Amino acid sequence: MSESKNKTDVIIIGAGPVGLFAVFELGLLDMKAHLIDILDRPGGQCAELYPEKPIYDIPGFPVITGQELTDNLMKQIEPFAPTFHLQQMACALEKLDNGYWKVTTDIGTEIEAPVVVIAAGGGSFMPKKPNIPNIEEYEGKSVFYAVREMEKFKGRNILIAGGGDSALDWTINLQPLAHKIALVHRRSEFRAAPDSVSKMMNLVGAEKMDFHVGDIKELHGLNGHLNAVTIQPKGGEAFQVECNTLLPFYGLTMKLGPIADFELNLHENLIPVDTEKFETSTAGIFSIGDINTYPGKLKLILSGFHESALMAQQAFRYVYPDKKLRFQYTTSSTSLQEKLGVEDKAA
Amino acid sequence: MKIFVTDPQGKEHELEGLEGWRVMEIIKDYGLPLKAECGGACSCATCHVYVDEAWLDKLYPMREEEEDMLDEAIDVRDNSRLSCQILMSAELDGLKLTIAPGTELG
Repeated sequence: MSESKNKTDVIIIGAGPVGLFAVFELGLLDMKAHLIDILDRPGGQCAELYPEKPIYDIPGFPVITGQELTDNLMKQIEPFAPTFHLQQMACALEKLDNGYWKVTTDIGTEIEAPVVVIAAGGGSFMPKKPNIPNIEEYEGKSVFYAVREMEKFKGRNILIAGGGDSALDWTINLQPLAHKIALVHRRSEFRAAPDSVSKMMNLVGAEKMDFHVGDIKELHGLNGHLNAVTIQPKGGEAFQVECNTLLPFYGLTMKLGPIADFELNLHENLIPVDTEKFETSTAGIFSIGDINTYPGKLKLILSGFHESALMAQQAFRYVYPDKKLRFQYTTSSTSLQEKLGVEDKAA
Repeated sequence: MKIFVTDPQGKEHELEGLEGWRVMEIIKDYGLPLKAECGGACSCATCHVYVDEAWLDKLYPMREEEEDMLDEAIDVRDNSRLSCQILMSAELDGLKLTIAPGTELG
């Protein structure tokens, strides 16, 4: 478990496009930011759901993919050197005696700042859970949705479910460690990388693992300890496969998660804000992008960009209560250009 | 143009179909709970529906991308489709479908 204490000006929960652009707007006003995201890379939905898909409504870009937009934003915020805390979920928010906020992540990282910006989009990406009766009883004991330490699976009799890259990669990586390993998928075609599929098929050919086509219908075991599962092939007879560990990999979906417990007013899982500062009903806590709501709200990336600019104006008043805020343009202000590290090309 | 959508509680709703709209958009616009978190990019499988058998042949066949994405859907059946990949047209007037599990909001 990593444990560290960090102090900064603004904590941004969510490193999607809106959280990233907030770094820029805050940076222009001399505020430093730390970002927290559950994914292993910045970009949020743009990186996770549609990296290759074209987006047509980003101002100034007739067409841009989710990944290109992420890459551009990362380049744009480079001068402000934000700190990223990735593969972590913000799980607690508390007010300190000195007026600062403290955000703690699920792996124990603590960050303190006078301002918190929730830019968490549709929530945290979490593994999809299959619809198998009583699966909750087994979760954390013999059913796992992620592999954190491979060693934990040494000598186990493992069944992996799914047909994407995670399912195939973990099948190949855990095979040498496992006592026995099998893969179950609903069909014999895979969306995983062809190279991984052929590696897996070679292991099947060499009788080093089994591959089953079908859906898991039932779990068999006692007190959370799995003994076997029932697999239903399409149009065939159900059969049992012995295993003591099940790893389902059916992709990720967004859940609001611990933000629901942050003692903020929520409206249908969204955070109401004003439209002047995009501040929540709690002073110093802001919310921008898809996760906020206000009359007329549109869930568009461009709306989130606008919201981050106005948020930064008010955040400045918390971070620098004694300083006067001057509004400047990047085209003409030499001080902004210095911050951006660009040469003064103004005449 | 109508479509008939059965919600997760088993209640059927009559929705006004709009030519050229994705069925996912029609369902969301009407206000039924459907996560559809990627917004129609065929990237998430949270707009999964079961299409009434009588209508299956009238739909445009699935592309590989949709079939691949169904791997991430919950309880996939022979009549499973992603509603973001069904474009509403006059031939689909009267289309019947049921919202599948795994598409809940929140």
